[in-house]
Amino acid sequence: MTTPAVPLLRARKVRKSFGHIEVLRGIDLDVCSGDVLCIIGPSGSGKSTFLRCINHLEKIDGGLLMLDGKPIGYRRRGNALRELKDRDLATLRSQVGMVFQHFNLFPHKTALQNVTEGPMRVKGISPAAARKEAEQLLERVGLGQFGTKYPRQLSGGQQQRVAIARALAMHPKLLLFDEPTSALDPELVGDVLEVMRDLASDGMTMIVVTHEIGFAREAASNLIFMDGGVIIEQGNPSDVLSNPNHERTKAFLSAVL
Amino acid sequence: MTPDTSPKASGGTATDVNVTLAEADELADLRVEGTPHPGRWIAIAIILVLVAMLGHTLVTNARFEWPVVQHYLFNDFIFGGVLRTLELTGLAMLIGILGGIALAIARLSENPILNYISRLYIWAFRGTPVLVQVLILFNLSALFPRLSLGIPFGPDFVSGSANTFLGAFTAAVVALGLNEAAYMAEIVRGGLLAVDPGQRDAASAIGMTRLKSMRYIVLPQAMRIIIPPTGNEVIGMLKNTSIVSVIALPELLFSAQIIYSRNYETIPLLLVASIWYLLMTTVLTLAQTRLERHYGRSDRSTTAGMGAWALFRTVRSSMPKRGAAQ
Repeated sequence: MTTPAVPLLRARKVRKSFGHIEVLRGIDLDVCSGDVLCIIGPSGSGKSTFLRCINHLEKIDGGLLMLDGKPIGYRRRGNALRELKDRDLATLRSQVGMVFQHFNLFPHKTALQNVTEGPMRVKGISPAAARKEAEQLLERVGLGQFGTKYPRQLSGGQQQRVAIARALAMHPKLLLFDEPTSALDPELVGDVLEVMRDLASDGMTMIVVTHEIGFAREAASNLIFMDGGVIIEQGNPSDVLSNPNHERTKAFLSAVL
Repeated sequence: MTPDTSPKASGGTATDVNVTLAEADELADLRVEGTPHPGRWIAIAIILVLVAMLGHTLVTNARFEWPVVQHYLFNDFIFGGVLRTLELTGLAMLIGILGGIALAIARLSENPILNYISRLYIWAFRGTPVLVQVLILFNLSALFPRLSLGIPFGPDFVSGSANTFLGAFTAAVVALGLNEAAYMAEIVRGGLLAVDPGQRDAASAIGMTRLKSMRYIVLPQAMRIIIPPTGNEVIGMLKNTSIVSVIALPELLFSAQIIYSRNYETIPLLLVASIWYLLMTTVLTLAQTRLERHYGRSDRSTTAGMGAWALFRTVRSSMPKRGAAQ
């Protein structure tokens, strides 16, 4: 990152424990607007937990996350940080989209309703306007004719693309992907990655936790290798992937490539 | 299909005998026959005999006094009892369902006090017989002769004798409802817990508050799990209302009792009551089946909802001569 822009997301000394196990042990990171950051690393390295901390689905135990100049999940009160109220957390989360490994589409709603749910219930947009935009978004992810289908009638790849459309419908400043292709059959991965590549080239700011090294190499502007709750190595994806400096990165890459 | 465990001693094709290739070709052309189930035919025969005996006694035993049953079946007094039973069921279930949702949410909340109170409530109301609860509430005036509504330890807005507030009907509705709430709480809690936690994550991630997430995402999905057992609770409640006959509330059973205490036609009037209970539970069962179908549970067939026709088809389809079934 050579541009001295103000980062959209800033993480400082982020720590998180589950019981006695410390899964994040001080994460420092800046993501600028338009960046595509890919996070790779072995399972249990804390990468998914870090992603969930960014929209406060998990509370951090120490350090600070900032989105667009505002602390995530907390506000200052005297010499301490206090957790935001439910309503303020919801407002914050509406600015950060998230795509899950297991899609988490609403099974009782059609593809179109999944996409309109956020704009209508959270932003209070009229049903007609929400529907119109949802149709455009489904078109954009290649599912124009699937609006009336329920999630169980769609393949995994189609469900994940609906999930991306659902996240985009909120016009997020930042889009988080938590292993978006890990639960998919191999032949369905390509469609989802193609949609993500299009988003990246359209300038969407994205943080992608993934095992798709090929995607990271082509689409990422920045790559992070995490292990044991810390960032081991970061930089330009081709540099990190081709000439890793650290032994652990080398070991991981030789195991997955 | 039931697994075949019957020994095949005869016929010489026991599983441990090797088959030559030539024999295999011959076997491959044979038609597959259903497994004979002689036990089922014996059971059917025994049951038919028992049913015939029952039918015979229903018709020939004059003490059933069917004309008396017929006479009282549409009696106005009985009819009033039927209506009161329906009112009791409806109102008590309303209290039960609303109370159950509140208790379930309290039980699942992060607030430790609410959580504890909810457990305590469920423990107390499930741990004592509903009959005792009805009697206690009916006799509440012995404990609190005057009831009042006002500021705690301050002035009262309304006050009066407990007996005027808590008549037999109110006492019955409240006692049945409060008891039901404890059971409904567990049903609702089970339904809420059965919704994939990923659904809450997804609702939060698009910016829903906890309340919106509960209302638009979690509760609609929990309903599919909550409705079938709730239907059972309604049917159970309809029958349970008969216990409030102990506080002399003329619902269906007590109405029948009042009549037979005068004319001593005990069995015919109990039959009248039974016929009405059966009629009402049948209607409710049909309604429940429709509701379940509406909530699209076709993928998970329940044996509880298996009707007589389905049962007949199951028996027939596993009879020796295989029909078009399968």
